[in-house]
Amino acid sequence: MGDWKAITVPVLSSDSKNIFQYTSERKRSPTSMNSQVLCLPLPSSKNMHSFYSAFCTEENIEQSISYIDRELTTLGFPSIYAESKGKELNLIAIINCMNELLALQHKNLRAQEEVEMQHLKLGSDMDHLQNCYAKLKEQLELSKREIIGLQERDRQLQCKNRNLHQLLKNEKDEVQKLQNIISSRATQYNHDMKRKEREYNKLKERLHQLVMNKKDKKTAMEVLNYVGRADGKRGAWRTDKTEARNEEEMYKVLLSDYEQRQSQLLVENAELKKVLQQMKKEIISLLPPQKQKPKERSEDALVLSDMEEDIGELNKENMWELSCETVREQLTNSIRKQWRMLKNHVEKLDNQVSRVHSGAWNEKDAISREDHELETEKLELEIQQCKEMIKTQQQLLQQQLTCDDDTTWLLQDCYLLEERERLQEEWRLFREQKRNFEKERKSFTEAAIRLGLERKAFEEDRGAWLKQQFLSMTADCKHSENVTTPSAFLRSKYLVQIMFLYSSDQDNQLVKSASWQRKPPSVLNGPVSAEPCQTSQYITHNSVESKKTAGDSMPNLWVESDDKEETE
Amino acid sequence: MNFSELFKLSGLLCRFSPDGKCLASCVQHRLVVRDVSSLQVCQIYTCLDQIQYVEWSSDSLFILCAMYKRGIVQVWSLEQPDWHCKIDEGSAGLVASCWSPDGRHILNTTEFHLRITVWSLCTKSVSYIKYPKACHQGVAFTKDGRYMAVAERRDCKDFISIFVCSNWQLLRHFDTETQDLFGIEWAPNGCVLAAWDSCLEYKVLLYSLDGRLLSSYRAYEWPLGIKSVAWSPSSQFLAIGSFDEKVRILNHITWKKITEFEHPATVASKKTIVYKEVEKSPSVETERLSFPPTRELASSLFSTQSKYEISQVPVSLQYIKPVADRANPKVGVGMLAFSADNCFLATKNDNIPNAVWIWDIQRLKLLVVLEQLCTVQCFQWDPRQPRLALCTGNSRVYLWSPAGCMAVQVPGEGDFQIVSLSWHSSGDSMVLLSKDNLCVCYLEKEVI
Repeated sequence: MGDWKAITVPVLSSDSKNIFQYTSERKRSPTSMNSQVLCLPLPSSKNMHSFYSAFCTEENIEQSISYIDRELTTLGFPSIYAESKGKELNLIAIINCMNELLALQHKNLRAQEEVEMQHLKLGSDMDHLQNCYAKLKEQLELSKREIIGLQERDRQLQCKNRNLHQLLKNEKDEVQKLQNIISSRATQYNHDMKRKEREYNKLKERLHQLVMNKKDKKTAMEVLNYVGRADGKRGAWRTDKTEARNEEEMYKVLLSDYEQRQSQLLVENAELKKVLQQMKKEIISLLPPQKQKPKERSEDALVLSDMEEDIGELNKENMWELSCETVREQLTNSIRKQWRMLKNHVEKLDNQVSRVHSGAWNEKDAISREDHELETEKLELEIQQCKEMIKTQQQLLQQQLTCDDDTTWLLQDCYLLEERERLQEEWRLFREQKRNFEKERKSFTEAAIRLGLERKAFEEDRGAWLKQQFLSMTADCKHSENVTTPSAFLRSKYLVQIMFLYSSDQDNQLVKSASWQRKPPSVLNGPVSAEPCQTSQYITHNSVESKKTAGDSMPNLWVESDDKEETE
Repeated sequence: MNFSELFKLSGLLCRFSPDGKCLASCVQHRLVVRDVSSLQVCQIYTCLDQIQYVEWSSDSLFILCAMYKRGIVQVWSLEQPDWHCKIDEGSAGLVASCWSPDGRHILNTTEFHLRITVWSLCTKSVSYIKYPKACHQGVAFTKDGRYMAVAERRDCKDFISIFVCSNWQLLRHFDTETQDLFGIEWAPNGCVLAAWDSCLEYKVLLYSLDGRLLSSYRAYEWPLGIKSVAWSPSSQFLAIGSFDEKVRILNHITWKKITEFEHPATVASKKTIVYKEVEKSPSVETERLSFPPTRELASSLFSTQSKYEISQVPVSLQYIKPVADRANPKVGVGMLAFSADNCFLATKNDNIPNAVWIWDIQRLKLLVVLEQLCTVQCFQWDPRQPRLALCTGNSRVYLWSPAGCMAVQVPGEGDFQIVSLSWHSSGDSMVLLSKDNLCVCYLEKEVI
């Protein structure tokens, strides 16, 4: 805030340590304006000497003059030297410069005054404005609060308005409903009235008709013969006696109905009373008898004695006399008392349970009631099961121990017999299987023999055929010279095949995936190995089985008889 | 279930005899009496004019046929077909006719309800009852046939007279506190008479046999009141159906309401079973098709089968808003019937006309709602078992019992639109009536 600005003037000479300092004051204004006002105080006369002598002394006249000249020239004043580079001073110039400097000083002072005045004015303006602002803010607060209050009132009034509207609507609805009722009644009345009027009109017409009509149709009944009464008796005259009898009968009917109803009600009543007494007894039995504080026990005892009295009383009296008011009241009151006690007891139990739950027990340790019950049920079941097991085992043990020698022998015999039978069964099975195996083996060997024979025959045939072919081909070749190369090629192919087949034949093993052809030898034109031909494999069930059982890879057996025929 | 063939009928006049042996039906002016088991015609009687009302006497020996236009009642005997009896009211005219409970007297109500004439078939005596009221149910007999209650109106006030049926002597005569007495009905035990006001006023009055007012019940004051009333067979309950779509049940000990049953358009209770009739598309075997199509084939093609399905609760039923400015609007509980064992109550709310509501009286809760495709025309309980038969104007009859329900198509050609039905007293058969035909349906013993 208070800024001290120091301007250091460049040192004139090394030996003078005069630092020309400008002190500046800063006017502290109430607002935090950072304007700095430089105020150059006029040095006091006391300091003037020292001030003036401080700058220029006997020794540094030349320097000070040159310095001053330099300063003046920089400020735009003409030089104080008479001629340049001379040491002669132009006095007129010096005086003019001094005059100019004084005028400048006056001007600066005046400017300073003006600025200070301005500053003061601004300060006061600012104060004023700040006051205004504070006041306005207060007013704004006030008006805001007022607005809120008014809004609240407005809302309440709106609410009231809505309620009144609702009430009005309800009233209107009711009025509408009543109007509907009135209108429906009115239509009903109108309808009835119209009906009555129509009837009235008909009556008038009929009356008119009757009055006009002289010949009146007589009302009469004609019947062939009168029928007897339903109950076979004769009709009776109407007399006072009959009237009295009628009355009597009517009262009898009513009375019998009332009696019946009363008896029903009595029976119901008795049943209900029985039920109530049973309930009472059960409630008493439910209440805990011994574990009570002496006070409660005394209460219980009192009540029990009370109840015993009641029971005694009630049992003494006859059931049918229980309809008197006081006894009924007693019964109901005692039941109510018991019920209240039971309720209290149950509430106490509930409290206990809840206390136990929320009390010293840890959350994990506490077992809920249901779990507890489930556990107990499970355990009970287990116990039941174990008991049963023990019982059966005991029985068995008893049997074992206490049965006679005969029975033991019999039992052992039985077991032995059972075992023997089982063994016999197994032997039978085993023998059967052996027989089956024998059969299979026999058939297998036969098949093998047959196969050998067949193969031999086939080989012979093949050999013969090939020879024939070859011979025929060579014969052809000799006869016709137009044998094209393909046939020669074919021939060579055939030769190769024959060689191949013979070599394979020597191994005495049929190629598993041999593509034998069932077709007649003429079809063997197509090369066997080069092109895919129809593959036909004949695998019999037995052969596969025997293959498996024999353990070595047996060739496929061709059991087809037609194949044999073809090859043969 | 076996169905007989269709027989001709006119005027929905078909009645089983009280002893259950015969069935009487009318065709124009002829009365045909058939045997129930074989449906063979026993007798045919010819009356003088078109018959408008038929009733058996209580001992099943006589039948009366009333012809209102001519003012004649003819009585026929079953034992002696030659016997005849004709009662001519002459210029007095005839609007109603009925038997007395002993089967030997006929009560004719003359035109304009001027008087009720009691004609005797045993003697030459005639009795007159003056000023009978022209209301919906003006004459009521007790179940044992001892007493008859007649509603009367003199000097713009309502009265009730109780007569002894054996000698037609007046027993009691008292006035009622009704504005416009609409109906009276005896309780089945014959000791209490219920009288109720017209629909402008909800009021039920209960009188004892000796004319004392036992109790009066009024549910509400201004809107339209009672539409239908039914006693339970044990006389324990009185069910009152009203125009506000509720049924209120009074008990016979305190004559106060013990419960009320509502009939809302949405059934929401989880314990209620809702049976909905749905149509099955007919399955036609193509081999059986022939050209030209036979009549049976044609009818079977066009008559769709239907069956019941159980709908999931909540179910919303078809609700018809009644026309506001008509008298006797189709609103409210118009049909009420207790089952014979007193366990169930069947009701119909007229602005939900396709549904029948069955209430369990032992638990006082809604048990079953039967939702049909068409308007329910008529329902009736089996007189022996808790079994309800209903018809909706098509050719199917629907049966409900606690074991389940079923829809049975009456076989036959074409149009048989059942508008009414009536059980036989043994519960083994019932007669289905349409405008022009009747059909007897025989039920096997263990059908449901």
